[in-house]
Amino acid sequence: MTPEMKGFLLLSVLKMVFVFTFVMVGVALLTLMERKVSAWMQNRRGPNRVGWAGLLQPAADGVKNILKEETYPALANRWLFVLAPAMSFIPALLLSGVIPFAAPLPLDFDFTLGPLGRFAYHGLMPMVVADVPIGFLFVLAISSLGVYGIALAGWSSNSKYALLGGLRASAQMVSYEVAMGLSLIPVLLMSGNVSFEAIIRDQQAGLWYVLPLFLSFFIFLISGFAETNRLPFDLPEAESELIAGYHTEYSAMKFSFFFIAEYANVVTVCAMVTTLFFGGWDIPGRWDEQGGVLQTIATGGFFFLKLMFWIFFVMWIRWTLPRFRYDQLMALGWKVLMPLALAYIMVICTAIYGIEHLAGITDPKPKALALFGVNVVVGLLVFGLLDSGVFIKGSSRRQTSEARSGRAAVTG
Amino acid sequence: MAIGVKVMKRPERQVSYVRATLKGMALTFKHMFEPKVTMQYPEQKSTTEWSISQRWRGTHRMLTDEQGRSKCVACGLCPQICPANCIKLVPGEDEQGNRYPLIYEIDEFRCVFCGYCQEVCPEEAIHVGVHFENSEYSRGRFVYDLERLHSQTHPVSTLWDPTDPRGE
Repeated sequence: MTPEMKGFLLLSVLKMVFVFTFVMVGVALLTLMERKVSAWMQNRRGPNRVGWAGLLQPAADGVKNILKEETYPALANRWLFVLAPAMSFIPALLLSGVIPFAAPLPLDFDFTLGPLGRFAYHGLMPMVVADVPIGFLFVLAISSLGVYGIALAGWSSNSKYALLGGLRASAQMVSYEVAMGLSLIPVLLMSGNVSFEAIIRDQQAGLWYVLPLFLSFFIFLISGFAETNRLPFDLPEAESELIAGYHTEYSAMKFSFFFIAEYANVVTVCAMVTTLFFGGWDIPGRWDEQGGVLQTIATGGFFFLKLMFWIFFVMWIRWTLPRFRYDQLMALGWKVLMPLALAYIMVICTAIYGIEHLAGITDPKPKALALFGVNVVVGLLVFGLLDSGVFIKGSSRRQTSEARSGRAAVTG
Repeated sequence: MAIGVKVMKRPERQVSYVRATLKGMALTFKHMFEPKVTMQYPEQKSTTEWSISQRWRGTHRMLTDEQGRSKCVACGLCPQICPANCIKLVPGEDEQGNRYPLIYEIDEFRCVFCGYCQEVCPEEAIHVGVHFENSEYSRGRFVYDLERLHSQTHPVSTLWDPTDPRGE
């Protein structure tokens, strides 16, 4: 092995350890944050007994979950029952490896470490565990694997509530995957690349994609909620209908693996939103483009802030909106978001063609600004229609229109 | 029309999901900064907002007279009326012919805290108390004997007064 390869391996292992630790500790703290945020929004205090301000609560929960008895339903399929938590947990964790979390770090070292030999690295180290060239395609592919864990958990429990939860989860995740995938096509059209690094560079040069591709962001965010099975789309575990849905029969650590998976998915979706639509680690202005240790640290911190904002946003939504009815959920996915995403692709295609080829603007910034102009018009139109209830009708409205048509039929 | 049927006018254009969502989010966000209402229980036992009612029926207390003797005359009305049959009373009589309880035990596990014993007592001796912290290390400690009932110091329940139904 060449010293360069060894240096690369060493750095990769270090980054892996860092990201894994960060995600696992972060996920544990997110359970605390969720409880705190929900408490604050309900004028309560939240957990504040274990440790300072309740900071050791996740540790207490973890100890409790490890010490609790593992129960198995008598007629469960034992193999799949044990396998299912891991199957939902691993994809969630895998994804944290492909999100770039800071500006590339310039590194230059060459040293010998006893029998291991020489390690060398020259140049910019991308601050991502695996800089996969297929970028968000990888994320879409792996995140859809998470549905197997949930569906199998529901099926292998051999319980009707768990099975219903698993079925709901699979139907919901498959449906929203469509809208999610379609909502990312405008990003691809805009950047011309699926790799996260290229997408961030393009946003640095132009505008953050949330402005020129606002509806994509909107659709992606909603599908993200549905993909992570969070409120208002938490029908797979709707406690008023299904006890706890697919993890009804689980106890102890296996149960908390589902929780870890859910929060890891939340982190991934929020990191995706940040990277694809909010410039990733980009700090507005030109300062972060010089490169350097300071820039790497600052961009990492800024990425963390943006990530935390979106995670907070997810919790905020959870404690604000009530749960959807199942038919409303499906109608929103197939009848609103998917056609909207398809129409938006056409609009963006036309707009980009018009801007680049007819108007001849190819500079990233003017192009993004022009697209932003298009988006203001499209966004106002879509939100006006959404607001007036053309896409989604309230049940009271539907009733009256049906009643009206019924009356018309009688008189006619 | 014999029966007055009120036809509700249903709102027709109440479908503004976008505005409703934003309104809801603003509301929950506002609540994050409002004062918290949780009572911090072990540190903070009773506040003006969170004090238990004077009519609360908790664990019992036996009142004593000036000489420190039990007010109970062992008439046997309380074990008679007790729906849970949790009062054990063995009456005794001294040289002057005064009746007093030899054994008076209340099993607080069987008690349903109806307060009939307090209502029926002619001497106002046995009372249910305004008290709720009852933890013990053994089940046996929940059978309160006479000495235990005497030594309780918590306030006694005022019960419900039919002439003053709202407690004013």
